[in-house]
Amino acid sequence: MGKHVVVIGGGVAGLEVAGQLSKVGIEVSLIEKDSNTGGHLNKWYKLFPDRRKSSEVMEYLNGITVNKGINLMTDTSIEMFNRKRDHFSIVTSGGKELIADAVIVATGFDLFKSARKEEYGYGIYDNVITSADLEEMFRKGEISLTNNTIPEKIGIIHCVGSRDEKVGNFYCSKLCCVTAVKQAIEIREFLPESKVFCFYMDMRMGGALYEELYREAQEQWGVSFIRGKVSEASETIDNQLLIKVEDTLAGRPLKMKLDLLVLMAGMEMSEGGKKIAGIGGLRTGENRFFAATDNHFGSNKSDIEGVFYAGTCTAPMNITETISHARAAAIEVIDYLKCSN
Amino acid sequence: MDKFGFTISTGRQIDYESNDRRIAEYIFEREPSFRLCIECGGCSATCTTGNFTDFSLRELNILIKRGENEQVREKLNKCMLCGKCTLVCPRGVNTRNIVVLAKKAFQKSDEYAI
Repeated sequence: MGKHVVVIGGGVAGLEVAGQLSKVGIEVSLIEKDSNTGGHLNKWYKLFPDRRKSSEVMEYLNGITVNKGINLMTDTSIEMFNRKRDHFSIVTSGGKELIADAVIVATGFDLFKSARKEEYGYGIYDNVITSADLEEMFRKGEISLTNNTIPEKIGIIHCVGSRDEKVGNFYCSKLCCVTAVKQAIEIREFLPESKVFCFYMDMRMGGALYEELYREAQEQWGVSFIRGKVSEASETIDNQLLIKVEDTLAGRPLKMKLDLLVLMAGMEMSEGGKKIAGIGGLRTGENRFFAATDNHFGSNKSDIEGVFYAGTCTAPMNITETISHARAAAIEVIDYLKCSN
Repeated sequence: MDKFGFTISTGRQIDYESNDRRIAEYIFEREPSFRLCIECGGCSATCTTGNFTDFSLRELNILIKRGENEQVREKLNKCMLCGKCTLVCPRGVNTRNIVVLAKKAFQKSDEYAI
């Protein structure tokens, strides 16, 4: 076809769409700000709902992109981005100009910065960590406290930075509930003597096999679920964490001492995405993610003809949804390039 | 009948039709954020009164909405109006104002005068 497409972002969505376009003979340049592709996937240990290793998905993504003639530019960001009649001019941080027939924005998400939720003490108290920190511990094969002892009582707080107007995020990140369930199981697997408590407002188990995993966490792993939003954490004199919550189903306030507190950080529009929105004049929604032209049949389309979206730059999505969304973006782009011939 | 010790049980169901929800309506009108509560209990977790008495703002909210006014009246005066609940609420409900308005509503109503 002799067409050239620039994909911005080399995470799951970017890799998938780049691979699919390359497969049908379209020339693809994939721009990634980090030195490695794969994005958040690199930091994850295992994936819900089946707890397969994240490296297996990484292998698949590498398989469809490596040696497929994709022009991969790592450690590169976008400085300028303009539409010039029938093509786009993109200037990279290296000062290179790329001419593209279409652009796919796949800038993904950032995890909510949990230190902003000061009342939970991330960055203030020892042994308050995030879901991402816990994945790192899993990858190292060791869950330990800052004094190198093994935690016995672990609490998991859902909805950190999601469904919380105090941090400006009304939306549900939708993956943290199932991540909490997955991580609760993994903690129990690593530390069979431990007790794990999940503090939730609502258990949102909407995805395929999520409810089954929730049931497994109760049935096989003895994870406890307490319905209530934790209002605050503090540190006791013996260096334990003390949380306050209302056990809303018992109708009474509850306090609990914990060795380790894990915060389920939500998903936010990435900083990289915000920058692209600014320089590309792309519309964002109230939730700050990119706003597509139609929620049902235009979720890959931007207001600018020839600019498309793939993956979590438009909304929180799991990996299955991200890959599907990226494939849909590939179809939109192929269609667009044919019509613009 | 008295000799046999029979009484008529009033039942513990919330009788939705016969309950009077005018107090809830009064608050909805003046504090629309009252509708936004998702019963997470963050307010009750941080509440000093709630840690020492059976006062729970989360519970109070739902009792007002259901028109369980006798219980509301009994609990309402326990709140110290410190406003910590408002700082916690993830839905931005003006919780403190709900208590203030509920008190006003009761004062206005002869039937439910405090």
